[in-house]
Amino acid sequence: MTAAPMITMTGVNKWFGRFHVLKDIDLAVAAGERIVICGPSGSGKSTLIRCINRLEEHDEGRIVIDGIELDEDTRNIAAIRREVGMVFQQFNLFPHLTVLENCVLAQRRARGTPRKEAEARAMHYLERVRIPEQAGKYPARLSGGQQQRVAIARSLCMEPKVMLFDEPTSALDPEMIKEVLDVMIDLAGTGMTMIVVTHEMGFARQVADRMVFMDQGRIVEAASPADFFAAPKSDRASLFLSRILTH
Amino acid sequence: MNDTSAAPSRPPPPARRRRWTWIDTALLAAVLAALGWFAYRTEAVMFYRWNWSVVANYLIKVDPATGHWQPNALLDGLFATLRLAVWGLVLATLIGVPMGVARNSRRLFPRLVSGLYVMVIRNIPPLVLVFVVAFFVANQILPGLGIRAALARAPDWLQTTCAVLFGPPKIIENIIVGLLCLAIFTGAYVAEIVRAGIESVPRSQIEAGESLGLTRFQILRDVILPQALRNVLPPLANQFIQMIKDSSLVSLVSVQELTFVAQDVQIATQRVFEVFLFVGFLYFAVCWSLSRLFARLEARARAAG
Ligand SMILES: Nc1ncnc2c1ncn2[C@@H]1O[C@H](COP(=O)(O)OP(=O)(O)O)[C@@H](O)[C@H]1O
Ligand SMILES: [Mg+2]
Repeated sequence: MTAAPMITMTGVNKWFGRFHVLKDIDLAVAAGERIVICGPSGSGKSTLIRCINRLEEHDEGRIVIDGIELDEDTRNIAAIRREVGMVFQQFNLFPHLTVLENCVLAQRRARGTPRKEAEARAMHYLERVRIPEQAGKYPARLSGGQQQRVAIARSLCMEPKVMLFDEPTSALDPEMIKEVLDVMIDLAGTGMTMIVVTHEMGFARQVADRMVFMDQGRIVEAASPADFFAAPKSDRASLFLSRILTH
Repeated sequence: MNDTSAAPSRPPPPARRRRWTWIDTALLAAVLAALGWFAYRTEAVMFYRWNWSVVANYLIKVDPATGHWQPNALLDGLFATLRLAVWGLVLATLIGVPMGVARNSRRLFPRLVSGLYVMVIRNIPPLVLVFVVAFFVANQILPGLGIRAALARAPDWLQTTCAVLFGPPKIIENIIVGLLCLAIFTGAYVAEIVRAGIESVPRSQIEAGESLGLTRFQILRDVILPQALRNVLPPLANQFIQMIKDSSLVSLVSVQELTFVAQDVQIATQRVFEVFLFVGFLYFAVCWSLSRLFARLEARARAAG
């Protein structure tokens, strides 16, 4: 990996009030790299990836995405948010808009794409997530798995360079997890840069270039999946793995 | 697939009817007794003779010059009230929605202004507001603008348009004052309702919008407000119905709306019961229609949710 990294975080620190939630985070993600972040609940995984599209502000350190530094400048934030897509645990679809309108809205508003073109692209990505027949429905009419796939399509419509996933399958019934993971595996095959917070270790093994293990606001370990699963270096990581792999 | 071993599906059992109980009988008896007593008082004790024809005469009349039917005072009053309702609704929305948004603003100044506005209006009676606005706006500001004078010189078609949309050009200033009162007063309550609606939309919706690169204004307009307003349709409907009833206060600034006209007709005919019962019925019809309209909007919004 010689090209300039897609994402560079150096010395990032963040506090919620007096609570030190991110501690000296250093992380570089190459273009096309797929990272899976895991770690116990409350370890700061969500906060970390939410700093990348500025849903949370970091207090110290630098975050550079595709050559643009995240700072107070609103134009930078807008530019970065257009490059970075995010999929949430609770889907966060717009309930008052149909599936198609969910996918069209930001294309029209943030990119100024003409309606025809925006709708064509929306249908293209709805087909990619295998759900084009639901385009006219409202989100509440869909199952959780379908909603999450729409959320992925909605993000992809902005043609981002990076996709962030925050526990995309944690809110799903077991029988729907696979349909969402399959879509994400497909996406990984297209060379998308992905950062995925998940406890789906089968997915991690199959897709991840690198595993990042977090605990108490720190990146404790970063290793290839083969090394990480075979022999985690830290006690905390092996304890964590033994807990989630045995249930 | 014709799997007969699976439990066959069958139609649902007939919906259970609510039964008529002795409580319903007692209530019906009480209502009939009250009506009977009222009829007895008017017929036997007050020797009241109903005469509904006066109401009909003041509703429409034959123009002696042309022989055509034309609306009379009560119908004109009804139209005036409808115009106040429509424009009041528009103006109150134009004031209330931005004020409700400002209540949730990150900036101090909009929060202060809207908070003050809501606080002042909520704590003074509408009647007092009418007099205050009438004095300041009607006596101090409006005459300087010369709207009425300009209208008097305007071509006929403009005067007719004004008459249809707002009311007689001669009292245009009174109408403006009356509308302002209604809108300022109702706008404060609309603002509070809108604020509650905005707060009912989860934060995660804002984050979804932000993560897609939408601006704060776009998120407000395309994501938050549509959901907020949908969530508060019932209280909004209440407030607009309240406004139509409050519009009778505007008779105090000589706008000849329904209540104003009713007083005139009542004095001319000495028919208190007929006139006010009928006017009450007209208000009911207008307000009830509006509530049906909102109920349909709600049903449509629910179908989308
Ligand atoms: N907005 C917030 N204000 C205060 N504390 C927060 C906030 N968001 C998260 N936290 C706290 O920060 C810690 C890390 O949260 P999070 O990043 O969501 O962890 P994870 O995603 O790994 O479970 C948790 O202890 C959580 O309670
Ligand atoms: Mg989390």
